[in-house]
Amino acid sequence: MKKLIVAASVALSMMAGVAQAQERDLRIAFDVPYAPFEYKDDDGELTGFEVELAEAMCEEMNANCEFVIQAWDGMIPGLLARKFDLIMSSMSITPERAERVLFSEPYYNTPGGWFAREGFDTDVTDMDAMEGKTVGVQRGTTMDTHVTEEMGGIVNIKRYTTADDMVLDLEGQRLDVVFVDYPVGEQTILSKEGFKEVGEPVKLGQGVGVAMRKRDEDLAEEVNAALATLKEDGTYDAIMEKYFAYDIKM
Amino acid sequence: MPEFLAELLSQNDIFTASTIMEYWGGLVTTVQLVFLSLVLGLVLAVPLAILRTSKNPLINAPVWFYTYIFRGTPLLIQLYIIYYGLAQIEGIQQTFWWEIFRGAFYPALLAFTLNTAAYTTEIIRGAIVATPSGEIEAAKAYGMSWALRMRRIILPSAARRAVQAYSNEVIFMLHASAIASVVTLVDLTGAARNIYSRFYAPFDAFIFVALIYMALTFMLVFAFRKLENYLLQHQRPVSG
Repeated sequence: MKKLIVAASVALSMMAGVAQAQERDLRIAFDVPYAPFEYKDDDGELTGFEVELAEAMCEEMNANCEFVIQAWDGMIPGLLARKFDLIMSSMSITPERAERVLFSEPYYNTPGGWFAREGFDTDVTDMDAMEGKTVGVQRGTTMDTHVTEEMGGIVNIKRYTTADDMVLDLEGQRLDVVFVDYPVGEQTILSKEGFKEVGEPVKLGQGVGVAMRKRDEDLAEEVNAALATLKEDGTYDAIMEKYFAYDIKM
Repeated sequence: MPEFLAELLSQNDIFTASTIMEYWGGLVTTVQLVFLSLVLGLVLAVPLAILRTSKNPLINAPVWFYTYIFRGTPLLIQLYIIYYGLAQIEGIQQTFWWEIFRGAFYPALLAFTLNTAAYTTEIIRGAIVATPSGEIEAAKAYGMSWALRMRRIILPSAARRAVQAYSNEVIFMLHASAIASVVTLVDLTGAARNIYSRFYAPFDAFIFVALIYMALTFMLVFAFRKLENYLLQHQRPVSG
């Protein structure tokens, strides 16, 4: 009897081993907190739109995924240094980044939004009125590129590493207005007293894609196939509706 | 030489005219910030060091407390407290102070000045305390007043002993100024961070500023060697 149990458990573990060998191991990097895309909930569990989408994608690809937390500054260097295999951390597709990494098809696109304190009445599209105003952006984002290209030399641009520092300076009246990823502004600025949205959200760039190393072309094909399936079979929509009241699908 | 430079510039995407100008702007900001904070810090430090050597605890203790606080906490934390803390003071936005502290330059200058003044105070205090008692006795024997003794004997003698330690403080200050970029100031490091985030080329962006910092350091080292030679002339053997 004892022998039988041992034999059975050996057989079981061998089967499990075989099953595991077929799954591929993937490490996916996120920069938290970037609510509602990736953040830790009250229990300290990693969650958010992109985290749930990553979970669904891993299941679709039959991959064994491990989630890694990585600060934004070290994202691309970390990927290239093989610390992880995929970045799913709201990385917008830009030509400069595409020189370093391989992007999947875009999986979402959110507009940039203008936010200011109550009482700010300037039209953000009127360059004469905006002259001399101080605008906050997060360094290296598509919002940064947009403001630098469209308003450089007209407004004072202040660049921040984190959204938190930028909001602090908006509260402290060092900034007149900030231009930030719309859902982030909605979550971190509009949730506070005395702030409002100004002007219209601006559609920017080519959307957000999964970033991989250039040589991982097979992986990119798998990722694209998995994302396409999720977008079609309703999984994507179900996750999106949990986090957003509007459409960010691409 | 310009042809060689032009060719070098055309071979890469990163060091274009516009990024070179951004580095130049950063260099100007760094030099202004470090130079002004060192000058103001030194001007503050000399009287503070004299007060610090007083035997009266009412004069000595406040200065000791100030140097203890500013040498006991990291410069980065001091910068955060001054930059973000000032903005939190109720109603400061309505006073003329806000004109000064709204931007990032003056809060950074204030933090750097107070920090370097604290270290310099202790450097000069140490040099004053180490004045040979014979020099002071001789000055007293000549009938010099306290002020004249300080001006003619103690401070010049202390300056000679302090100059080597102070040159270290100056170089540390140059390197410490790199943290100014965390409060949105575009100094050399800030320029490098902007350029890095635009091109995703950390090595190129940062190695370039590292070389600029090194060049600045070499200039400082050279200037201090000249100064030391001048101040310590009397100690050199007479050459045949």
